Order: sequence, then C-alpha cells, then structure tokens
Amino acid sequence: MSTTAQEAPPGADEALQADFDAKIAANQRIEPRDWMPEAYRRSLVRQVSQHAHSEIIGMQPEGDWIATAPSLRRKAILLAKVQDEAGHGLYLYAAAETLGVDRADLTERLIGGRQKYSSIFNYPSLNYADVGVIGWLVDGAAICNQVPLCRTSFGPYARAMVRICKEESFHQRQGYELLMRMMEGTEGQRAMVQDAVDRWWWPSLMMFGPPDVDSPNTRRSMDWGIKIDTNDDLRQKFVDMTVPQAEKLGVTLPDPELAWNDERDHYDFGEPDWDELKQVISGNGPKNAERVERRRAAHENGAWVREAATAYAEKQRSAREVAV
Amino acid sequence: MSNDDVTPARPEWPLYEVFVRGKRGLNHVHVGSLHAPDGEMALHNARNLYTRRNEGVSIWVVLAENVTASSPDEKDPYFAPSGDKVYRHPTFYPIPEDVPHI
Repeated sequence: MSTTAQEAPPGADEALQADFDAKIAANQRIEPRDWMPEAYRRSLVRQVSQHAHSEIIGMQPEGDWIATAPSLRRKAILLAKVQDEAGHGLYLYAAAETLGVDRADLTERLIGGRQKYSSIFNYPSLNYADVGVIGWLVDGAAICNQVPLCRTSFGPYARAMVRICKEESFHQRQGYELLMRMMEGTEGQRAMVQDAVDRWWWPSLMMFGPPDVDSPNTRRSMDWGIKIDTNDDLRQKFVDMTVPQAEKLGVTLPDPELAWNDERDHYDFGEPDWDELKQVISGNGPKNAERVERRRAAHENGAWVREAATAYAEKQRSAREVAV
Repeated sequence: MSNDDVTPARPEWPLYEVFVRGKRGLNHVHVGSLHAPDGEMALHNARNLYTRRNEGVSIWVVLAENVTASSPDEKDPYFAPSGDKVYRHPTFYPIPEDVPHI
C-alpha cells in the first residue's frame, strides 16, 4: 500500500526505534506504514528520488537518436528501451511517494535544480555507436548498482528494483548486440565503436560515485540496508565483468593501467578523474543545463495534456451523475 | 512570473493501487501504484506501465483511499489469535504410518 509513513507519538520513540533496529538486524523489510527514523526516511527520499530522476533524464541521450535510427528494427528497440526508462522512473516515483512525498513536487525539485540525478547523463551522445555503448556500459553499470538494491531494506524500493532489473537486462544486451553488428562492419564503423567506448568508459566508472574514502554516508546507509555494497566494491565488480566483454567485442578500454592481478583475483585499473566527477555533479558537465531545460520544457509543454485529462475525467463524472 | 520554481497547472490526481492477474487461474496481485484523473485512465496507464511484457491478462485499479487496511505495524497482536491454534494444521494429528491415503 502506498500510505504515508506514520509519525510516532512523543515518548514512544525508543521502543519504536528498537523495533525498527530489530527488523533491520533480522534482514526484514521496512514497509511504508511502519515507524522509521526520520533520518532513514529522508535518506531514502533523497536516494529514491535521485534514482527516479536519473531514469527520466536518462531518456534524453538516447531519445535523441530515435528519429535517426538506422533501421526500423533498431528504432523499435530504442523506442521500447526509452519507454522502459520512463516506466522505471514511474516505479521509483511511486516508491518515493510511499515515504510521504509528492511526485509533482519531486519533478519541480528536479527542474528547479534542487535535486540531482546520475552524473552520466550529462555527457553527450554523438552518434549511433553511443546508443550501443550506453546500453552496454551505462546500463551494465546500472545493473551492477541495482541488482544488490533488490535486497534493500525498504520494501517498495526493493520491489521497484526487482521489476527494473528484469527489464534492464534487455537494455544491456541490445546495446552489446548493436556493437557486435557494428564491429562486423566497415573499418569506419569499428572506429566509431572504439571512439564511443573511449568517451564513455571513464564516465561509466564514475557512475558508482566517489571513492569510499570520500563517501561519508556510505557506512550509515549500509547499516540501514539501503546501500548494500560500497562504491569501490561495485566499481571493481563492474570492471571485472566488463573487461572480458570488451575483449570479445574487440575493443580496447582506454586505461593503460588495466591489468589482471593474480594475487587480488581482480583487474587493477586506473583512477578516474574525480575532479571531473565533482564538476559534473555540481552542474558543470557538458550537458547539465540542456538536460534540465529539456525536462522543464517537456513538463511545461505537457501541462495542457494533464489539464485536458482532468477536464475529461470531470466531464465523465458529471455525465454519470446526470444519468443516475 | 520570473520565479524559477513556478510550474504550470498541477492537477491533483488521486492515487490508484494496481493489481495484475499474471495469467488465468492466478489471483490478482498488487504490483504498484500510479496517479490518474479517473479509473478509466488509471487502467490505461497501468496497462502501459505494468504490463509492457505480457505480465498480465487482467488489471484492477482501486482508489488508494478506498483501501481499508489493518494497523500500521504488520506484526502486531492483530494476528496473534492464529498463533496458538496448532490444531488447525494437519500435522497436529499423529496417524500411524500404516494407515493409507491420509
């Protein structure tokens, strides 16, 4: 149910806190109408709404290429994928609303620049190879991030993640398949794929957030079960998964330090440019302003549709009342 | 008019809970919620949002405010009465091994 979380009566906090802690310790889910600490609720609102915004803004880099898809098959696939991103945004807004916030309000916070979304969508998509690389690397990184979140402690968030992960696998595979086709093509097509990989590799690694030493909230979020793995662990996992895929595809990942480490049983890799991540997060990425402006325009230009739907529903209601 | 936060019309659409029957023979199961101006549009949106991959053969939408629910805490004494009635389970009754078909 999507009913708002309840406020605790004064004085009862300690027993409620103990009950909450016991549920978390027993790996049980917290549901919307359970008591929860205000800091837990606030943290979740921030995390879930940023996640929702990322899905919605994430429609833009690929949406740009729907009209110029190279075939009807690719167009149908890309349309379905972008529609999925909209769906993912809505699952997550619905999960956020169970915490007592309002979706329209969250949208206003996004277009007012008061809430953030994933840094990755502030990079431009320059050609159709980018569509493939976004599916492979960006959705691949998203899967790494999201699969553990299916076990997150807040029920509605975990359930939304289950749905999303099921659909995300299609996103990654369509991207990889697109790239495989291009790699079978001309020299020029292979060069396009390599160029797109060069541009998206480091931003994809940055999707996991700052290094653990710079991520002060990680500990608390992990104690609450709303974060399952640290940023660095997920980044490592992503690199380990992706390197063999790059080899199969026949592209080079743009990192001279990338090498298998027998002792660690992991790939070693270079340090992303954390200053760049800070810049992009604070609004100075190549596309920040454009992405938010486009979202605002879509929201404002869609106002008449929302008004018309409301008016239509009202008219239907009155017609029914007259008929009775 | 220059305020950055001013956005156009924000109609208050009520919240609907969405239930989907996965296939014939199964119960409708709660899958999530959405906002819509009325039930008909809620159904339409639920189709687009929750059944893009043949996840259902039937959808119910219910105004969230029309759902009557048990108390907020899902493990409270409300469900205690069933806890001590072990005789409601078949395993409560010892039957010799050689009695067939029971």
